[in-house]
Amino acid sequence: MSDTRSIVSNENKNSRFTRGLFMFSLLALMFCAVAYFQSLSLALTILNLCLISAIMSLGLNIQWGYAGLLNVGVMGFAALGGVAAVLISMPPVEEAWAVGGSGLGQTVIALIITIVLALLAYYKLKSPFRAPLLFAIIIVGYFIIRSFFDPATGAIEKVNPASSGYLGGLGLPITLSWIIGGLFAAGAAWLVGKISLGLRSDYLAIATLGISEIIIAVLKNEDWLTRGVKNVTALPRPVPYEVDIQQSADYIALANDWGISIIELSSVIVKLSYAGLFAIILLCLIWLTEKALHSPWGRMMRAIRDNETAAEAMGKNVKGRHLQVFVLGSAIIGIAGAMLVTLDGQFTPSSYTPLRFTFLIWVMVIVGGSGNNWGSILGGFIIWFFWIEAEPMGLWLLDFLTSGLAENSPLRLHLLESAAHMRLMTMGLILLLVLRFSPRGLLPEK
Amino acid sequence: MDFLNSITLLGNFIIVPGLVYGSQLALGALGVTLIYGILRFSNFAHGETMAVGSMVTILATWGLQSLGVSISPLPTALLALPIGIIAAILLCLTTDKIVYRFYRRQRAAPVTLLIASLGVMFFYSGLTRFVVGPGDINFFDGTRFIIRAREFKQMTGLDEGLAIKTTHGITIIITLIIVAALFYFLNRTKTGKSMRAYSDNRDLALLSGINPDRVVLIVWIITAILATIAGTLYGLDKSFKPFTFLQLLLPIFAAAIVGGIGNPLGAITGGFVIAFSEISITYAYRKFLTYNLPESWEPDGLVQLLSTDYKFAVSFVILVVVLLVRPTGIFRGQSV
Repeated sequence: MSDTRSIVSNENKNSRFTRGLFMFSLLALMFCAVAYFQSLSLALTILNLCLISAIMSLGLNIQWGYAGLLNVGVMGFAALGGVAAVLISMPPVEEAWAVGGSGLGQTVIALIITIVLALLAYYKLKSPFRAPLLFAIIIVGYFIIRSFFDPATGAIEKVNPASSGYLGGLGLPITLSWIIGGLFAAGAAWLVGKISLGLRSDYLAIATLGISEIIIAVLKNEDWLTRGVKNVTALPRPVPYEVDIQQSADYIALANDWGISIIELSSVIVKLSYAGLFAIILLCLIWLTEKALHSPWGRMMRAIRDNETAAEAMGKNVKGRHLQVFVLGSAIIGIAGAMLVTLDGQFTPSSYTPLRFTFLIWVMVIVGGSGNNWGSILGGFIIWFFWIEAEPMGLWLLDFLTSGLAENSPLRLHLLESAAHMRLMTMGLILLLVLRFSPRGLLPEK
Repeated sequence: MDFLNSITLLGNFIIVPGLVYGSQLALGALGVTLIYGILRFSNFAHGETMAVGSMVTILATWGLQSLGVSISPLPTALLALPIGIIAAILLCLTTDKIVYRFYRRQRAAPVTLLIASLGVMFFYSGLTRFVVGPGDINFFDGTRFIIRAREFKQMTGLDEGLAIKTTHGITIIITLIIVAALFYFLNRTKTGKSMRAYSDNRDLALLSGINPDRVVLIVWIITAILATIAGTLYGLDKSFKPFTFLQLLLPIFAAAIVGGIGNPLGAITGGFVIAFSEISITYAYRKFLTYNLPESWEPDGLVQLLSTDYKFAVSFVILVVVLLVRPTGIFRGQSV
């Protein structure tokens, strides 16, 4: 009896493996097609973003697939990772520290005093005095903090507003920020999770939606920290610059040998080095997540997901595990966020939109197969690929459909103009169709 | 006199805008709370339903305007509203039939329905942008003000003016009518009572012979009406921008949860709580204090608790406090 069962499950495993292999080979073929028909450089650009998307969807899969936690604030955690890239890698602006450093220090001290007093009041006082006193401490503390904070940040923002106007960063290597970005996101996730886990599942969704909007609002408006909508550009790179490559004699000889233009080859080399770095991170994360998923910890997580009551009756700390997995998943999203800013070489708070950073990642996880790490990676690759290629395809489709209309008919012009919005509808449709007809995704969990 | 001036100031910048914004949020939150109460899931597509309903209203308004129809001094959009409502009802019913009904039959977990509503949200927001584009649309016509600030000053002899826009009046009156009609429906009619029974205890309601399909049909019709009216009023008051409806989702959900999700009275209270907190915390009190304090105490800064860029933070903080202190909300909504 047990023998037949193991054979069946082995066969099952094998067929799943072939299925995965087939899907990934198909994907490789599509990249080759892009490289052949469009350009190698474009294929690599898509590949780099695919790798980052795969890491993000891996993070979301840990939350949704392992534990059934709804994180509708992926955008916020990715943006926190992005800030880390700025704060770690940019050189510090000495002048700004000189004018605003002491003010910020006083702000921090005032903040700590307020928090300590508030905690003292909360734990030491008895009922009738507690609430009013707590309220008074928070209000007075708030105004004292503001009185230090406002002049300091005002002064910082006045230092060369056109080129800096912010504190700058620490001037450390940008790859370090990938870890720090993960920590930032983990911290925010811990706070949100502490408040909203253990309540109804929808509350986590709404709370994460809220925190992500607030994080973006802070990044857009706190110019002293992130330059706000003025953006931080020219972040240092972890890989060599094209210009430097082009000057090396070996390189020129190589380009001549291969008969490729010098400029194109250098951009391909840069993109390949990024892809290598990202692939290393992705492989490490897959190894870790697969290990975790097949460990006793992973079995416990799935047991909790499938039946919370039963798991709790077995003595598992459901809320604690949920918090743990929520923090871990967000940390991975934060890492991916920092990597994305590294790849772009600039930090633009206004580029963070929920559609691109939250819901697209959801589509990736659902389409790929929630609960399966390889599935979410496949989803990340496929969906990003189509996200990029959907616009030309949609344009082509509309052009074809409206070819019967006159060249300058207003309907045709409007439709062609709106083709970009087809993406949103397509993504919505894909999500709904997969959820309905193949709810376990392309690569299902076993 | 200074005191009266300062009160007028608050009236103009906090009370009137608060009542208007609160009404809009209340209408939105009512839709969310009804869906939650009857269908048991958080409908993330609600904001986009508002957008689609008001988009059709806008298209109908343009049509009426080009025909030369006008009900000046009222905006033409009011005349076009029924068309928007019908479109939204059709859209909601079709969506329910294609998407949600399947999961309801399966008795799927609320989370699955929530994710389906995310997909619907995507689709609707694409639809809105596809038809009218992502830009800003101002479709208000008719008389702008009921009372202008200048007229108010002349009338009362105060230094501060109180301006009431036509949209303010329309918003508050329509909200009153809709809310009264909704409560009459829920509390006095047989269908309404059967809906409340279904919301309280689904199995018991089914045993009593209540037709679940009918309840679901009616809740979508009511939600579509509420969403279209809320969206159109918001668009008339500010302007119609497709992306604002996603941002409205947070205050709307906060309002529904603060009041107690699943409870219509709670949704209305929650709407006003959120609106007044948002506006009074982001208002700069400098002028108000200048009127009321002796000259030597006059404040230097704006005396603004929080910049208006962070108004989302207000609804979020209220939400967090409610979740920590009383997760069921003010009026004890469903705690399942």
